[in-house]
Amino acid sequence: MWDWIKIVVLGVVALAAAVAANFARDLAYQVHALIVMAVAAGLFIWSVRRAGEPKSAPETGYMDGVVRYGVIATTFWGLAGFLVGTFIAFQLAFPALNFEFLQGFGNFGRLRPLHTSAVIFAFGGNALIATSFYIVQRTSAARLWGGNLAWFVFWGYNLFIVLAATGYLMGATQSKEYAEPEWYVDLWLTVVWVAYLLVFLGTIIKRKEPHIYVANWFFLSFIVTIAMLHIVNNLVVPVSIFGSRSVQVMSGVQDAMTQWWYGHNAVGFFLTAGFLGMMYYFVPKQAERPVYSYKLSIIHFWALIFLYIWAGPHHLHYTALPDWASTLGMVFSIVLWMPSWGGMINGLMTLSGAWDKLRTDPIIRMMVISIGFYGMSTFEGPMMSIRAVNALSHYTDWTIGHVHSGALGWNGMITFGALYFLTPRLWGRASLYSLRMVSWHFWLATIGIVLYAASMWVTGIMEGLMWREVDANGFLVNSFADTVAAKFPMYVLRGTGGILYLAGALIMAYNLWMTAFSKRVPAAAAVAAAE
Amino acid sequence: MSTRNDKKEVETTGHSWDGIEEYNNPLPRWWVWVFYATIAWGIWYTVAYPAWPGLKEATAGYLGFSTRARVANEMAAVDAANADMVAALETVDLAALKDDENLHGFAVNMGSAVFKANCSQCHGSGAAGAKGYPALIDDDWIWGGRIDEIAYTVTNGIRNEQSFSARGYGGVMPSFADVFSGEETSAVVAYVRGISGQEHDAALAAEGETLFLDNCASCHGDAGMGSLAATREYEDPTALYPDGEMTGALNLTDAIWLYGGDEAAITETLVKGRAGVMPAWSEEFRPGSGLSAAEINAVAAYVHQLGGGQ
Repeated sequence: MWDWIKIVVLGVVALAAAVAANFARDLAYQVHALIVMAVAAGLFIWSVRRAGEPKSAPETGYMDGVVRYGVIATTFWGLAGFLVGTFIAFQLAFPALNFEFLQGFGNFGRLRPLHTSAVIFAFGGNALIATSFYIVQRTSAARLWGGNLAWFVFWGYNLFIVLAATGYLMGATQSKEYAEPEWYVDLWLTVVWVAYLLVFLGTIIKRKEPHIYVANWFFLSFIVTIAMLHIVNNLVVPVSIFGSRSVQVMSGVQDAMTQWWYGHNAVGFFLTAGFLGMMYYFVPKQAERPVYSYKLSIIHFWALIFLYIWAGPHHLHYTALPDWASTLGMVFSIVLWMPSWGGMINGLMTLSGAWDKLRTDPIIRMMVISIGFYGMSTFEGPMMSIRAVNALSHYTDWTIGHVHSGALGWNGMITFGALYFLTPRLWGRASLYSLRMVSWHFWLATIGIVLYAASMWVTGIMEGLMWREVDANGFLVNSFADTVAAKFPMYVLRGTGGILYLAGALIMAYNLWMTAFSKRVPAAAAVAAAE
Repeated sequence: MSTRNDKKEVETTGHSWDGIEEYNNPLPRWWVWVFYATIAWGIWYTVAYPAWPGLKEATAGYLGFSTRARVANEMAAVDAANADMVAALETVDLAALKDDENLHGFAVNMGSAVFKANCSQCHGSGAAGAKGYPALIDDDWIWGGRIDEIAYTVTNGIRNEQSFSARGYGGVMPSFADVFSGEETSAVVAYVRGISGQEHDAALAAEGETLFLDNCASCHGDAGMGSLAATREYEDPTALYPDGEMTGALNLTDAIWLYGGDEAAITETLVKGRAGVMPAWSEEFRPGSGLSAAEINAVAAYVHQLGGGQ
């Protein structure tokens, strides 16, 4: 019965998508309708061919196939996102790279959201989904709840990424930072996200452990909060059901405040809470040490999620936002400092008694430096939220440097550590293909981040000072173009940092590939099955 | 503090998840105290500054802080400090501005800021110009390089359709596509390259001379010196020529080109014509966002002293 419902639904979706493509009012919508039609039609044919086949017995043990796909997707999207990022860094240094023949598709304005979404949502999102599926099964001693629903989450999420990314290139955007995808893509993500919540929550509910492990608190808060943020910030009215354009429900400063409530908590719950979940599993596992303090994990978890949600207004200092809201955003950001550092302390102190591993284990080194960058950016962030500091730093490259020391240092490095941890285990190998390559990756990435962050500090503070520079009579000294010209050497340096980071990731991809698929890596001794 | 340094192993909570245990370490003291300190500071800060929203308005804070008031005060302080100078600049006789060293220095500083905010987008932040946008640092002027002429150009713009008194209202460089055959165009181009002292085909240029005198000289002058030279020669050289009779035809005999001096560029100019426009900047043409009289005088003084002022 279920087979037949599935076939009917897929057929209807394919047909509706064909109709939508026919009546499409713009290119992005038309291409998206065709993509959806192709996917639905493909699944339709596949389902018809498999209909009536005898069902194989339900599998037991941990559901790791979807995690394996997640590891591959994370690596792939990481490379794509870093490549686009490096390219647009050089577009800023050398505007001629906005090639004439790519106008309207490959110029900076179109590629920039492609880069941010590729690294945050495609690379980071796939990493979070894959690791949360892996961790929640191990720490609950239970197979993922919901059967093939986990596969739906994986493929549905990656379809969302394809629709979002191709949409940016064709100009379908809501012009909201980190929430660029248009209304129908948002609706699809909502469906996928609810499925994700169900799988995750279902697994926790049927767990065989008496208590919920701390990593799962962080993952759950990430999934629930992102759902809320996503829905509220994407409240729009479509102009036509056959077009990609939409009109936002809120306007003016309310819209700006909603956007940065979303934007800041995308950082807080996607890039911080979710990745802390990863940290709380992979660091003690790799170090083979107990977590430093259970009390600290409780206190900093609740303080973090309570305080983060109010910090958004610091993105709107000195704007149309009323002073009182800006004050509260700043105060909550500064009080957030210690709760953020609670995670850093718990991560670093977990290594006490195992510090010698830093010399021998490049994966631990990667995790430690990621926690270091986490601590640094969660200090830098509250500092930049102070109104007087923000008056200098706002709209400058300092902000870009801050984001990247967090994203490349914290999110990137902890994900690389997790991928190095997962790959041999998921493909049943005794070890990684090469630890030397991990060391190379570590140094390339670290030097790349240092070049990136240092050059952006220099140019950010320089341009902030140049913008506000006045002579004895109070007249502006510099034109905007003067500041752009002055930044050129730092832009080249930043791009160079990007090349190093990308090179490290390429080495990682090769290393992971050889680990998973080369015959030269010995298989692991049989692992005892779960359940 | 003393128990913290004990070497004794702390106990775990007793749970194990996939082999991960948790120590029952207490919260680090410094962490707790810094956390408390930020909370205490936060409470004080929200009392001192505008923070807590009510039904109608938010608390103002006892320090009376307001970002908008602060900016307004800073700007008012600068305006007050400069008020005398600005007032003097508004009514100054531009020709005599140089004699007042103090006021002239002030005008150049002010004009530099005006230029960087409003003019540099086209003329470049160093005023070196670009194709189609004249350089302002040389002494090759299209509309006159006296300080009053520069102020007039800034005020009224060039080929400003809103004003009959704007310069260049009377003429553009027309397209000669329908006048010259391809061969004739090459001949004129060769002639123009000849009078500007560039490499050219002498035989072709000789053919082009008649065509130039018949078609181009009425604006560019028989010698190709441009409309500014002609006006200076035949009219009152101190007048501002507001009636638009000056066409802005370029001097073709120097090595300075607005649209390029190679064969392809001159041919393009001949075939397609040129009609550069500069917007007017005075309040009259930009109500609410134009430059004040003092700002126009200041930017004229700034441009005038860049190197080529007459």
